[in-house]
Amino acid sequence: MLAVSSQLAYFVSLMLFSIGAVGSLIVMKRNTLANIWGNTFAVFGSIVGLVSAVAVLFGSGFSFSFETSLPFLSLSVHVDKLSAFFIFVISLIAAVASVYGIGYVKQYYGKYNIGALGFFYNAFIAGMIMVVSAQHALFFLVVWEIMSLASYFLVIFENNESSHVRAGTLYFVMTHIGTAFITLAFLLLYSATGSFDFAMIKENSAGITPFMKDAIFILALIGFGTKAGIIPLHIWLPSAHPAAPTHISALMSGVMIKTGIYMFIRLFVEVLPNTPLWWGIVVLIIGAVSSLLGVLYAITEHDIKKLLAYHSIENIGIILLGLGSSLIFLAFDMKSLATLGLVASLFHIFNHATFKALLFLAAGSVISKTHTRNMEDYGGLIKLMPQTALFFLIGAMAISALPPFNGFFSEWMTFQSLFAGIRSADTSVQWAFILAAGSLAFTGGLAAACFVKTFGIIFLARPRSEHAKSAHESSVTLRFGMAVLALLTLAIGLSAGPIAVTLSKVAGDLNAFAGQPPAFAADWSAITLVDNFASVSGLLIFAMLTAFIFIVFFAVSIFTKNRKVHIGRTWDCGTNLDSRMEITATGFSRSLINIFRGVLKPTKQVTIEYRDEHMRYFHVTKTVEFGIRDIYQNYFYELIQLLVAKISEQMRRMQSGNVNVYVAYIIVALITLLVIMK
Amino acid sequence: MIITLWIIQLTLIPAFSPLFLGIVRKIKAKFQNRTGASIFQPYRDIGKLFRKDEVISEDASWIFRFAPYLIFAVTISIGGSIPLFTTTFADTLFNDWLVVVYLLAFSTFFLALAGMDAGSAFGGFGSSREMTLAALTEGGLLFSVLVLAFLAHSTNLFTIADTLSSLPLFSFAPVLFAFAAFLIALLAETGRFPFDNPSTHLELTMIHEAMVLEYSGKRLALLEWSAANKFLIFLSLGANIFFPWGIAFTTDLADIFLALILFFAKVGILCLFVAVLESSIAKLRFFRLPDLLFTSFILSIIAIGLIL
Repeated sequence: MLAVSSQLAYFVSLMLFSIGAVGSLIVMKRNTLANIWGNTFAVFGSIVGLVSAVAVLFGSGFSFSFETSLPFLSLSVHVDKLSAFFIFVISLIAAVASVYGIGYVKQYYGKYNIGALGFFYNAFIAGMIMVVSAQHALFFLVVWEIMSLASYFLVIFENNESSHVRAGTLYFVMTHIGTAFITLAFLLLYSATGSFDFAMIKENSAGITPFMKDAIFILALIGFGTKAGIIPLHIWLPSAHPAAPTHISALMSGVMIKTGIYMFIRLFVEVLPNTPLWWGIVVLIIGAVSSLLGVLYAITEHDIKKLLAYHSIENIGIILLGLGSSLIFLAFDMKSLATLGLVASLFHIFNHATFKALLFLAAGSVISKTHTRNMEDYGGLIKLMPQTALFFLIGAMAISALPPFNGFFSEWMTFQSLFAGIRSADTSVQWAFILAAGSLAFTGGLAAACFVKTFGIIFLARPRSEHAKSAHESSVTLRFGMAVLALLTLAIGLSAGPIAVTLSKVAGDLNAFAGQPPAFAADWSAITLVDNFASVSGLLIFAMLTAFIFIVFFAVSIFTKNRKVHIGRTWDCGTNLDSRMEITATGFSRSLINIFRGVLKPTKQVTIEYRDEHMRYFHVTKTVEFGIRDIYQNYFYELIQLLVAKISEQMRRMQSGNVNVYVAYIIVALITLLVIMK
Repeated sequence: MIITLWIIQLTLIPAFSPLFLGIVRKIKAKFQNRTGASIFQPYRDIGKLFRKDEVISEDASWIFRFAPYLIFAVTISIGGSIPLFTTTFADTLFNDWLVVVYLLAFSTFFLALAGMDAGSAFGGFGSSREMTLAALTEGGLLFSVLVLAFLAHSTNLFTIADTLSSLPLFSFAPVLFAFAAFLIALLAETGRFPFDNPSTHLELTMIHEAMVLEYSGKRLALLEWSAANKFLIFLSLGANIFFPWGIAFTTDLADIFLALILFFAKVGILCLFVAVLESSIAKLRFFRLPDLLFTSFILSIIAIGLIL
């Protein structure tokens, strides 16, 4: 009964997204209607999707397939607990983002086509839900493409801004390079097993040679890694995510990049069993590099949405630390610990989705009132937008892993999984775990530094521009969306125990983890490692802190009730206090940039215009420009570009421009293919 | 009996933290050939601040007003969850090392925000410096105690103290490396030489003092007191985690009495060490500090390498 209803809900939710998509195209002439239509159906679709996911998470999965007239392609869907978990996260964030969108989209009325936005928005969400439930490789590629194209059109939605179109093009190119690698991986799987169906591939996976398996691993790592935004394949992410309207940035950063991680888990853990050791080590190292470099680049960034996008790279890194350790444990056949690693990784996927969406929505609320993304133009907004400020602060504390908010608990579990690796793994891989744990420790500290900068510069002190002075609190739908997510970050933190248990069931549903209990025990009171190495309790931390704050507050109030509080000026050193005396985002991050100059390669260019060219004492103007040299651009992409240019040069000889020659090429190619295939 | 122990455990840190600050100042004064203030002067300072009116900047928000209470509450709750004189509380409170580290980060986070809140030029730079150092200290701090956690097979601080006190002496080499790493982190976290000068108000060098520059009255008292608490928390960790001899395993009165005396003696020795260090070295340039902090991290890694 439960299975039938979850399947029904799955269809209804996809149907609602289709109605939302097509309907908003039909009514696109009328802005308000198109907006409400598109977003409302997205909200309903997501809520039904949530129901379907919950039914599978606590019940059993379902699958079905339609054969099509096209060869090979079959529309087959299989929703197990892992898929359901991802559908749950996607639907949850989509529901909140859509409510937020109703208010946020208003600013585009009359400037852009709201109907098209509704169409691509619904297609995007439906695409993501199908991506995490597709069971057939070719069907997967189709829905993967729907998701990628829809998000591409959402990135270039504000097509009057040339920077957005450029970001979109980069995204388009990168995502299709990724898709090319994915296609190759699937073709290799097909040639080795004779099937595009993931279940069939899994059954026949014994026949794949180790060399073939490694090739598939590398291709899939590059293909899905591009979508996930691992370093150095991340270059599209910091420019594409900020370009989209903010509630869509929240979806892209919060959930879309996780579809890449989903396929990592699906392929490396389930479809290709008996993981070789070096896969896990590679994933772990990529995780360590991505988390550390992601947060370092975030510190250098002063565009609020770009900064958040870099933090997505950081958090993908943390997720990969959990997944990588899980893969290594699998290679050593330590299933209990492998479950711990995977649960840490899934938990962080969930947590990152909530707090990153929250931060993006709060940033969008600020941007819609100040009309700039440059942090240096904000300041003092906590007095003008108090609720947005509170929500952003909660998101900032969660992403900085401060207890008792949710980010802490998944990082805690990731740490435990890495510590377990240091304690019990083979000496040959201990160094990788030490490296990973070290990078996670520094990442945590740097993230906190970055969010002190972000929150302080945006919301504290005095406004730094006229825009910031005239800001006021956002409308109720925006605040509602943020409030739900803010409450969630705390609620998830407090109920970390039961959530970890549910996630361990998701892991246990996969064949690779079945049969052994996880290496931790959890309930409402605490999460404890089975070998008693460590334990943590969110409720206790929360209760203690609140109790002590109240006690301190009342004790001090009673003791000092006769003391007065005067309101005065900030100490101004005898000059006139203005906003230029406050620290800037550039100044705040400068010392960290200096310390990490070996990686970040900061640049400084000073331009001085003198009053008298010969007597260089009096400046008319002096401009200092700080920048960061992009090491990927310099050492990685430029080399590829050179190579491609070289090859293209050679290929030119084939291009005569004569149509007959091209027809001849086609015939030769077809005949060759026919001969080979026979 | 157990309730009395609880009260002692919770109040020990806030009650005695100003005293140890006074002791360090007194020793430093002796080194400089001054008589110096009485070792009880910090109590008088805090008391004086509580009895004064307060000026709050018109630019400051609720973060500025709320932060001192939060920071003080965090130091109290950490003070209650680390081994001071008995391991009786091993299974209560949040005694996990990761939780303690991240709670410390919680208080630093709010202190830095409060420093930026009033919009003065000093506060912002203090916050920037503080967060830079805090971020780089995290690795060394976390890993130095982790060495002991691996030795004791637990990150529970009480269990660590328990296990280490029964460890044979010859296995002490990694612990010494870890202690050196911890010591560097201690000096950085509590704002002592060579990281920060606790008695300076020179804008080029101050870190902690720059952040609290706009505070006055009861909130300044709370912040000063919290800083003293944090200092004593780190001294106690250094004394009781790395050298846990004498800590009581039972609730026997004689044991506890002895443990308390030993606790004061060990913390006193660490105080002397910090004071001697501060009197004999100069403050380092800010951009030299990361080298020291990375050294702390590397020392911990070496120690982990030794025990694996």
